[in-house]
Amino acid sequence: MAKVSHGTWVEIESVVLTPSERAPQIPDDTRATPYMLKVSGFLESDALLGEDVAIKTLIGRTLKGKLITVNPSYTHSFGSTVEELLRIGTEETQQ
Amino acid sequence: MKRDTSYAAVMARKNEIMKASMGIDYDEFVHSPIAFDYEGMMRRASFPLDEIIRIQRETKVGDTPLFELKRLTAAVRHTSEPGKGARIFVKDEAANASGSFKARRASVALFEAMRKGYKGVCAATSGNYGAAVASQAAQRGLKAIILQEVFDSRGIGQPEIVEKGRACEAYGAEVLKLSVGPELFYNLLLTLEDTGFFNASLYTPFGIAGVETLGTEIVSQVRQLCGRDPDVVIATHAGGGNVTGTARGLIKAGAKNTRMVACSVDLSGLHMASDRDFNRKSFTTGHTGFGIPFATWPDRVDVPRNAARSLRYMDEYHLVTQGEVFYVTELLTKMEGLERGPAGNTSLTSAVALAREMPEDAIIVVQETEYTGAGKHHNSQLDFARKNGIEVRFGDPKDNKPGERIVIPQHLEQIRGRPQLLENLRTSYIKSAAKAYDIAKWDDYDKNFVAEDMKVSRDWLNSKLDSF
Repeated sequence: MAKVSHGTWVEIESVVLTPSERAPQIPDDTRATPYMLKVSGFLESDALLGEDVAIKTLIGRTLKGKLITVNPSYTHSFGSTVEELLRIGTEETQQ
Repeated sequence: MKRDTSYAAVMARKNEIMKASMGIDYDEFVHSPIAFDYEGMMRRASFPLDEIIRIQRETKVGDTPLFELKRLTAAVRHTSEPGKGARIFVKDEAANASGSFKARRASVALFEAMRKGYKGVCAATSGNYGAAVASQAAQRGLKAIILQEVFDSRGIGQPEIVEKGRACEAYGAEVLKLSVGPELFYNLLLTLEDTGFFNASLYTPFGIAGVETLGTEIVSQVRQLCGRDPDVVIATHAGGGNVTGTARGLIKAGAKNTRMVACSVDLSGLHMASDRDFNRKSFTTGHTGFGIPFATWPDRVDVPRNAARSLRYMDEYHLVTQGEVFYVTELLTKMEGLERGPAGNTSLTSAVALAREMPEDAIIVVQETEYTGAGKHHNSQLDFARKNGIEVRFGDPKDNKPGERIVIPQHLEQIRGRPQLLENLRTSYIKSAAKAYDIAKWDDYDKNFVAEDMKVSRDWLNSKLDSF
């Protein structure tokens, strides 16, 4: 596995609460899962994916967790075209 | 000694963490577990209106345009009885720094944090408030940490919230991205304790006072354009701050006869803390999952006493469906040339239904829009819904079923808001209050508080209490 260099923009993950540690009032489907945190920052020292690491966030805080993503990016989009929307407004706009 | 970070231990430290992170001593306003000096708190723990305006102008907030939607109004009249079809206006709140009315709340919170000497702020929010806090923090030179509930146990993020997280990082904030669950609040407490930052809660007196300018601006703009006060102002309702702040602004501007209408997207049947239901919602705010619990018991939030108290101010409460809002969002784009985010158009949808029942010379103001973009767009939401197994089709909105089926109307006349009985919300409020504090112990102060908090008379309350 390739080494990830110190200073790289990465994402870490950690378990905040295990299923048994979670809040008492939550529904069963949620209780079956751990309460997870993901956060991005600059890697503090060279590491491999999956290792426990420290990062420095955008405001300079140091946080620890498992290294899961190199160069985390936003890929959300406008989605595939929903054709129904294209048909709306034609009748009203032709008045 | 190592700090105990278990759920129960952190929740038990709630009050001391809150006190340290806000600099407000709520105890001085408290009368009992349910009642407190609301107006005293709003006066003493906030700023006068002219000071709020000055604070907001410093950071690119407020003074947004009010537009009349003439083509939409004409289309509504086409589906109304002769003489009906009120004029619809919209307050383009997307023009605020960060693209939503939430900048009004954040602006005052960040000013307060700066004034009190905090180095940074934390806010737990999956809504537009995150970007608003991050944008205001950037302008005040403070650090910001935004905690978001954003992904389910499959690691899949709701596109609307993913976009809001992106915006927060773009403004330089640290974004803590959390999985589904009410433990967001637990995590907020831990983060406040770790950092010593200010709690930029949505529900503080100054946060709500920041929205009052929205109400006062509407009144002065409508008076200027139409020579009189609006008949109706509609606000999308979730946590209650939008309705509360706007209505307080209307009152401060002297618009005594303007009806305050609250409106939410109907998501009944979906559990808000359910990992499975999380990505079956196409609206992440402005819906009944927040609207009803916050109206019927405001003091369920991240501050000891909530300044957002919607039942105190709403004259009507309407529900609309997800499909109706997407339809009206498309119409706003195609007929009025304004492409705005769907969540902000919830109240516009309600306005269409209300306008049809009101005379042509009546004035309805929709008091917000929000920015749109990848993720925060009705096409993204509908495509995401389809990919999560939700049926999306044209039809009659009454066939809509949250979490299973989104029905998009084909004609404007199919937009029909559904007014709710406020009596049901008030009964539910009394039940919550009784749970928090035994009715047998309520004194005159408590009863007056409860009556005012539900916008009813003491007589109405007394007769209702007899049946409990």
